[in-house]
Amino acid sequence: MLFALLARLGQMVLVMFGISVVAFLIFFATPGADPSARIAGRNASQETLQQVRHDFGLDRPLPVQYALMMKRLFVTRDLTSFVNRGQKVIPTVMNAIPITLSLVCGAAVLWVLGGLVVGVVAGATRGSYVDRGLMMLGLAGISMPVFWLGEVANLVTQSRWHDTWAFSWVPALGYVPLSVDPWGWFKALVIPWTVLATLYVGLYGRVLRASLIEMMQEDFIRTARAKGIGETRVLLHHGLRTSLVAFVTMFGLDFGALVGGGALLTEVVFGLQGVGKLTYDALQTLDLPMILATVIYASFFVVMANFVVDILHAILDPRARDAR
Amino acid sequence: MTDTTPPLPEKARAAEGPWATAWRRLKRDRAALAALAVLLVILAACLAAPLYATYVSGTNPFATNLNGTITVDGKSRDVLEASTEGLGLGLTPIGPTWQLGPYMLGADNQGRDVAARLLYGGRNSLFIAGAAAVLCLVVATFVGVVAGFFGGLVDTVLSRILDVLWAFPIFLLAISLSIVLISQPLLIGPFEIRSGSLALPIVIIGVVYIPYVARPIRNHVITLMKSEFVTAAVGLGASPWRILWVDILPNVVTRIIVFVPLMLALNMIIESALSFLSIGVQPPDASWGTIIQDGQGLLYSRPAVALAPGIAIAVTVLALNIFGDGVRDALDPKSTVRIG
Repeated sequence: MLFALLARLGQMVLVMFGISVVAFLIFFATPGADPSARIAGRNASQETLQQVRHDFGLDRPLPVQYALMMKRLFVTRDLTSFVNRGQKVIPTVMNAIPITLSLVCGAAVLWVLGGLVVGVVAGATRGSYVDRGLMMLGLAGISMPVFWLGEVANLVTQSRWHDTWAFSWVPALGYVPLSVDPWGWFKALVIPWTVLATLYVGLYGRVLRASLIEMMQEDFIRTARAKGIGETRVLLHHGLRTSLVAFVTMFGLDFGALVGGGALLTEVVFGLQGVGKLTYDALQTLDLPMILATVIYASFFVVMANFVVDILHAILDPRARDAR
Repeated sequence: MTDTTPPLPEKARAAEGPWATAWRRLKRDRAALAALAVLLVILAACLAAPLYATYVSGTNPFATNLNGTITVDGKSRDVLEASTEGLGLGLTPIGPTWQLGPYMLGADNQGRDVAARLLYGGRNSLFIAGAAAVLCLVVATFVGVVAGFFGGLVDTVLSRILDVLWAFPIFLLAISLSIVLISQPLLIGPFEIRSGSLALPIVIIGVVYIPYVARPIRNHVITLMKSEFVTAAVGLGASPWRILWVDILPNVVTRIIVFVPLMLALNMIIESALSFLSIGVQPPDASWGTIIQDGQGLLYSRPAVALAPGIAIAVTVLALNIFGDGVRDALDPKSTVRIG
């Protein structure tokens, strides 16, 4: 077990190294894409270009550039933005993390609860109109682009029906820190949470339903029924419990992907200054160090989430321990 | 009740092939057939975009029309009217007329006909989704089959590369590639790709999903290689080439077909997201994502501009997902391909 854990850790470090190399190569070594031209701005003279290239170490060989960049990103942590001179990249990203986490954690609570309810109800009423209706709704949720759904939510709650009793409580777009005003924090985030969770409620509900239906045909369910346990208890205690292994795996991966950049569109639409919005703003100004930092931060988050999921999976389901 | 007459002997008939079985199953799935019909209608409407622009809307959906006027209910109106909200400053594009004719869904803030742009944008959205799906499936099948079939070092190298790409958050990978590639023309050998070319979103979207398809195909090929009919073929002295073509590929094809509608749905969503972030389809071309972006500034005054393309995306993707479910159930009921 310990050996497997260490091997998995080593693998994680390798993948992270691979990701940092890929991200670096995309931004600094794509054929025809000269980063110094970006930093110097449009119509820069050759001398300026040379100067910029030298200042940022872009005239050195690629491996050296890579090492320098990683050193400034992780060791000295003094990488500065190309656009807003003097703005340090790492602290800016660190300040944005609580906002992204607030958004994703709240949405996660909603989608786990929603997914459980939808999946269990649909699985228990398999084949009925309730089941079909829920599955259709779930599919509809999966099919809407999240940024568009966010705009529709804004249209309804900020403009069209903002003056009615239903949505007059909705504050203007933006983030309120939890430590300053917990109730304001909740009010500011509840609409973004709902929008972000919509997709996942559909997804999780469908996956859970399929898994429950498969589980309910297993032998141990028949045994449980033969023991005289009530149908509700069989469903919730025996069927659901085994189905949750797949649920947990999916949750870990999706949570990691969302914290690592997947929430970008939601943050942009609702004006939340999280890591995704940071990436988006850096994207508008082509601020390469900022983009590199957010991309690498995000990838690491995803890799870590994968790692945690594997461990959890091994704890929850003993069969998975020797499979790898 | 005693019925002692023996059953009539069935006519001997050739066993039904797998394709016929799948087709029979699909034909019984009414939801999937309805979804297919919706998809065909959307496709036909988008292909008819030039006809709509010429005969119905009568305006050029790619040219700004800031000073135009149209006649609605016998009254002449400016395409960009003086704003009636707030201080009355600025211009608001004309809203939907809801009549078959010019500006049925209103104008965007450059005075262009939204309905006509919607149809032209749909062409790009569908074309990019389709081309990216083809690219992704071809490359992923090649990589997956090669890795699974040859195994050993080839498999190790390919699998590790896929692992790294897989761990890269897909959305960020697409964004990173887009930023670098779209900001300036790209030279690959003798080919120059214009920065506004549709080829860029196609390649980017096609590439980022390769690991998601290649991995299951590789695993499937490895399972097939261990199956009894492959062992039998080896025992009969079949060459590796023949095993690949006769035993492996036909079994992989059904898996790939199951992926097609789901890939199209995923591609539509990611294309709209990239275009919305202005790193997908570049102006003057339109796609459903760029039109939503055009409509963002007009959201509270002229919501139709942003609502219409979003509804178009949602309906198309929903139909693709329903059809995809049907295809999967028909071809490969046991597979657990995940949407999303």
